[in-house]
Amino acid sequence: MKKILSILPLLVAVIGLHILTSATDTMYYLTQMTMSAYYSLLIIGLCALMGYAGQISIGHAGFFAIGGYISAALTTRSLIPYQDSFLVKLFDSAGFLFVGQDIYGDSLLVFTPWAACGIAVLTAALIAVAIGIPVLKLKGHYLAMATLGFGIIVYRIALATEYFGEADGISEVPAFVLLPGLSVSGSFGDRVQNYYIAWGLLLIGMLLLLNLMDSRVGRALRGIHGSDEAADAMGVNTARFKLQTFVLSAVFAAIAGVFLTHYNGGIGPSEAGVMKSVRYVAIVAVGGMANLWGTLLMGIVLNFFSLRGSFGSYDDAVFGLILILIMLFAPNGILSINIRSCLRLLPGRNKADREGEV
Amino acid sequence: MKKLVSKFLMAVVAVTFIVVPAAAWAENIKVGAILAVTGGASFLGGPEARTLEMMVEEVNSRGGINGNMIELIIKDSAGSPEKAISFAKQLIEEENVLAIIGPSTSGETLKIKTICEEAKTPLLSCAAAEVIVNPVAAYVFKTPQNDSFAAQKIFMEMNKMGISKIAVLAGNTGFGKAGKEQLLKIAPEFNIEVVEAEVYDSKSNDLSAVVAKIKANKDVQAVVNWSIVPAQAIVAKNMRQAGWDVPLFQSHGFGNIKYVEAAGPAAEGIIFPAGRLLIADTLADDHPQKSLLLEYKKNYEDKYAEPVSTFGGHAYDAFSILMAAVAEAGNDRDKVRAAIEGLQNFAGTGGIFNFSAEDHNGLDIDAFQMMIVKDAKFVSYTGK
Amino acid sequence: MTLELSIQYLMAGITYGSIYAIVAIGFNIIYNTTGIINFAQGEFVMFGGMIAITLLNFMPLPLAIFLAVAITMLIGALIEICFIRWLKSPSVMRMVTITIGISILCREVAIHIWGESIRSLPYFFGNAISSVPVLGARISPQVLWVVGASALMMVCLGIFFKTTAVGREMRACASNRKAAVLCGINTQNMVTLSFVLSAGMGALAGCVMSPITYSQYDMGTGLAIKGFTVAILGGLGSSGGAVAAGLLLGIIEAFSVSVVPLAFQDAISIAILLAILFVRPQGLFGSKEATGLKEF
Repeated sequence: MKKILSILPLLVAVIGLHILTSATDTMYYLTQMTMSAYYSLLIIGLCALMGYAGQISIGHAGFFAIGGYISAALTTRSLIPYQDSFLVKLFDSAGFLFVGQDIYGDSLLVFTPWAACGIAVLTAALIAVAIGIPVLKLKGHYLAMATLGFGIIVYRIALATEYFGEADGISEVPAFVLLPGLSVSGSFGDRVQNYYIAWGLLLIGMLLLLNLMDSRVGRALRGIHGSDEAADAMGVNTARFKLQTFVLSAVFAAIAGVFLTHYNGGIGPSEAGVMKSVRYVAIVAVGGMANLWGTLLMGIVLNFFSLRGSFGSYDDAVFGLILILIMLFAPNGILSINIRSCLRLLPGRNKADREGEV
Repeated sequence: MKKLVSKFLMAVVAVTFIVVPAAAWAENIKVGAILAVTGGASFLGGPEARTLEMMVEEVNSRGGINGNMIELIIKDSAGSPEKAISFAKQLIEEENVLAIIGPSTSGETLKIKTICEEAKTPLLSCAAAEVIVNPVAAYVFKTPQNDSFAAQKIFMEMNKMGISKIAVLAGNTGFGKAGKEQLLKIAPEFNIEVVEAEVYDSKSNDLSAVVAKIKANKDVQAVVNWSIVPAQAIVAKNMRQAGWDVPLFQSHGFGNIKYVEAAGPAAEGIIFPAGRLLIADTLADDHPQKSLLLEYKKNYEDKYAEPVSTFGGHAYDAFSILMAAVAEAGNDRDKVRAAIEGLQNFAGTGGIFNFSAEDHNGLDIDAFQMMIVKDAKFVSYTGK
Repeated sequence: MTLELSIQYLMAGITYGSIYAIVAIGFNIIYNTTGIINFAQGEFVMFGGMIAITLLNFMPLPLAIFLAVAITMLIGALIEICFIRWLKSPSVMRMVTITIGISILCREVAIHIWGESIRSLPYFFGNAISSVPVLGARISPQVLWVVGASALMMVCLGIFFKTTAVGREMRACASNRKAAVLCGINTQNMVTLSFVLSAGMGALAGCVMSPITYSQYDMGTGLAIKGFTVAILGGLGSSGGAVAAGLLLGIIEAFSVSVVPLAFQDAISIAILLAILFVRPQGLFGSKEATGLKEF
């Protein structure tokens, strides 16, 4: 209950932003807010993994891409040439398939988005379990390398496989109809509902993680971040908790991938790139590692400006500069900056004032 | 916790107010451009962006089109589709642009094709893949020549030389992918068999292993290297270093003299199809493209102190086609779209454009001229 | 597979391997004194090549390379002094994030100085088509330069870290910074020195490989990833391990061409590396005990 109260202000802010933009006729900002929300969903998952379980992962763009690519391929690539095969018939009888139409009027036999989403997220979770077991035994830079390697493999497969569209990626991905009248799509008319879908998901994710942090598991996780040995000595099964958090964060990434791909109507190999993963890790670091709120804030702000192209060709430069500045002057993340103490340092406030405060 | 939440809210509100909507410009004609100025495809987006900036300056210094100034908004997508999608929506809704030029790569273009179609905004892509305009979408055009024509040109030359078994190497970009598909599809029509096909990474350091593999296949009589990335020069080097001297054909993605410089003596004898921009000074004086090619070449090279490439030429064509349509139809998306579709005998750097409702590229096979590298220069190739 | 083809693959593998090794060695120097991976290592390689190419317009090749290495060392020192030196007991994650930021900034600086086009140094001997026969296969003479340079770097660093006083002090910093301070070692100077050294190594690598790979403003990322992979596989901190692992990775890549399409080369080689890492979590030549003691 307490947790629900703590995200209430965020909910108010989300609704407030909608009202504000609609009052000022600037609703188009919601497009990039929606996209940023999905990236932030991945980032808060990664924050739980890095900050609370103390495990770095430079491969989370890989999970994002697994979710996005599988969902995109299943809902776009027609199965008509294989419709007589046993597997396709099996999926069909399970109600996973439907006959659709592409934008040029050709008929398609594809997976329903719900089925595709389920398969995509499940695949990501299974892969996370499979690689999590050996990878999480590694430490430090070796762990970083292993997760980086995983990311590279996903990137290379996406870039080299014809089924996934090679360099072009997958385009013309259909809308994801969640409920009748409620669909994830990039159409200009669906913007407001998509804003709420994205932020709804992000709020649920936030709530889930906040609860997790406060649960028995969460306390154990914090124990891990402090010291493996101590947690072990207290009878906490650290290996299991690390793995659970790893899988959970992979699922967050995959869900973000599925939804953003349907919202964008496509996905390309750049989503799986190593620099994307490095970017996510850096955002968690500037958010304050184990600080979900700080990470969320940085995730939204940095992605929002990048997606709007606010800094033009200097986009990466600004990102790099922010990384350096925050890490130099606020090593515990953006929210550790004490605004009052910063103001005190500003010139123009007289000395007596400062002494009075002390 | 409460403190954190309140800080978070403060920050959110602050962010909201920093982002003030741009003031609207009343009389200007707004043109958007989404180009990969930085990132992995910057060798395309860089020259394209510079060309556009140069041309807008020129048009405005002449007093604009029918008295209307052109306002160009270039967005740097860094080659990422997700950014291209975000920028396309931004340009269409917020900036209310008349049309969008770009993106530089086919992957990005395919992603925003439906967006432009839904918003009824003309898109003039600078990417080459044929899938952009086939099947035709009403508002989507492209200026680079079709891959299939380049492939046909190469195969025609091979037939003359008596080559029937070839190896295909392609870069792992949208350009390489589209070219590889066309080569494999068209080869049988010319009785040519592709016996080896490989795709290399656009950031490759060295390709001697794959060259050794292909060389070991004694059937290979010629190699086609279809790529737009700098790594294509490495293929040429590694082939010659291995002492392998079968003919090397390249695609129109080789149309940048810097690639010749990079490959050095290994570039000698490379045969490839390209637009006439590269050999503008040797064209006959009455050639319809000659004057504009020379003018573009001179202006660009004077302004930026770097050799002109066919990539910048694609942006040149996109912009001049758009301006011709605007001069005819004014500042209206639908009318401009129709005007582009009606353009006939329009000379550009890529060739002579003849648009129609079915053909949104407008170039035919004559847009290409076979060329060869001789003494580190491009010269037109007329057979042995 | 014929013998000739096998040898040709082997030579290709050595080419790739020595490029990776020469980058990986740079990682190890900074790791050996700070315990962190410097993500900007690839940018040192890029700077080395780019600066040398620019200087070549004004001076002969050997001098251009020498000056480029010196300038890059200066850049390395500046980076360390501006961004790392004055931090009080920074955590590993903090330093790594800073180096990520520096790497991005360096790339941006480079694109605004040199633009996006590719450049290269001329071949030190011969030109783009000359090759020397080795065991029936043919390789570019430049490959011998790269192999030679990485061998030379490995030997010199080995001697430096094992036998000289400064080298031992640098290693002491990595093992335990506090203890090193207590022993009277100026750890800050050691860290600066390690940045200078590794920038110099990177720049030299950038110069010798430039004729083969070309230099471009964004070449650093790809090389850094490969170099990092190789440094880890060889066991962090071991120059010999880096060279062995680099050659291993290069040879796996070259031979993989004969069984899988080239497009999947990276996926296959990385998968093999991961498998090795799962069996030997401390890398091929790393010590298990030492890895266990590291904070990161």
